[in-house]
Amino acid sequence: MLKICNTIVTPTFLFTILIVSFAAIAAGSDQPGDTVYPEAARPKDPGVPEFFVPPPPFTEGIFPCSECHAEMDVDTERRELGMHEEQQALKHAGPQQWCLDCHNPDDRDKIRLISGQLISFEESYLLCGQCHGTIFRDWKAGVHGKRTGEWNGKKLYRLCVHCHNPHQPAFKPLKPKQPPMRPADIR
Amino acid sequence: MSRKIRHNPMGIKLNRRNFLKGTALGVTASALPVKKADAGFLDTFFQEHFREMSKDEIEEVLTRLEKEYTETYKKSVSVQATPPLPGVVFGYGLDLSRCIGCRRCVYACVGENNQSRDPQIHWISVLRFKKGEKWSDLEESEKYYNPAKVPEPGYFYMPVQCQQCKNPPCVRSCPTQATWKDPDGIVVIDYNWCIGCRYCMAACPYGARRFNWGAPKVPNEEFNPNTHYLGNRPRYKGVVEKCTFCVQRSRVGKYPACVEICPVGARKFGNLLDPQSEIRYAIENKRVLRLKEELNTHPKFYYFFAT
Repeated sequence: MLKICNTIVTPTFLFTILIVSFAAIAAGSDQPGDTVYPEAARPKDPGVPEFFVPPPPFTEGIFPCSECHAEMDVDTERRELGMHEEQQALKHAGPQQWCLDCHNPDDRDKIRLISGQLISFEESYLLCGQCHGTIFRDWKAGVHGKRTGEWNGKKLYRLCVHCHNPHQPAFKPLKPKQPPMRPADIR
Repeated sequence: MSRKIRHNPMGIKLNRRNFLKGTALGVTASALPVKKADAGFLDTFFQEHFREMSKDEIEEVLTRLEKEYTETYKKSVSVQATPPLPGVVFGYGLDLSRCIGCRRCVYACVGENNQSRDPQIHWISVLRFKKGEKWSDLEESEKYYNPAKVPEPGYFYMPVQCQQCKNPPCVRSCPTQATWKDPDGIVVIDYNWCIGCRYCMAACPYGARRFNWGAPKVPNEEFNPNTHYLGNRPRYKGVVEKCTFCVQRSRVGKYPACVEICPVGARKFGNLLDPQSEIRYAIENKRVLRLKEELNTHPKFYYFFAT
């Protein structure tokens, strides 16, 4: 009898624990008005490739941003900045864009999607992809941007910001390598 | 048969048969450049066609070449003969809307594939066209442009290299079958069988083949020691060479050198038989053109416009 009890009770007990824990998890994540959900719970884009060339190309000494910004008040006013000279000339979508459209005022070490989701700088492609959807699609497929590594295996992708300065995304002209010799000059 | 001994002024007694034998041998021997007549030279001279050699014979040739190149270039050189991968046909994509004409690919190719620096040989030609003008005629293009910065406003650029045709006119024109198309679609050359007649160059509608007018020179320190028998191993004077999609890299899974160097990511490479590959995505989703399609050469080099 004891044996039978054991075999019946044990699974039931375990099941109860499971139910309770599920309920707890559900209650914990179900906070009203909270649009920011933890990173692990965010649905991953299945098309996003696994391989990157980390880390994002920050200007030296600029990250983490909170090192300075944690102490500062948030000023949402559009204005000339006393800092970040390299970003003074913001040439991205003209007057429609401003710092806080992408940068997050409350946690400066993250960037923010339109939905309010916070993402890390390592995932900045999600932010760029909000406006540049067709490019994002091509990038995921491997057609936009540079790939190195193996054509049939491990590929190294780059973040958008590895090639495009997010504040002035147009590609800078390059000096071309020397032209070939003319046949007449080849001896 | 008469066994008559002939007397000559030197008093040597020879019958007719021995005299003829000796003469024939002498003539044959004098046809070989005696100065170079070491063992390696004779092995090279009597080397079979690459596709007619057994595995062991190929191995022997590779070992011999490795030894020879290691001595010449003063560094350890490997010569592979990696066969084509099964289930793979290579395709190449080039995004004309992205190329800025910076020629990084040209020189990455020169370095990777040990092209002669003097006399200069480039496998890739970057052509410049004026926007809005008729550009189907490659003869109208500018190859020697040299501005301070590229891209120049009002121009676009089109790099041209071997198109690895499915129906390659160069292969058909070769009188010694020194060039052929491997199952992965790469048109390769056995430099030991090329006689330098340059029929293939005349047959190629893309101007993709190059001829070694002089003995190719590559500085020792710039020599790429990772070579393939049918690809970037040192060439001889008087043979034809061309792009092989970096056969020494692509057959071991790596991207060609030009793909990896391109600063704007305009160059795409992959397996045409793999529906998930980048090249298939480009062909299926973008506006694609192949050069001189009307010639029925079926290039596996796809120019496309991503924007």
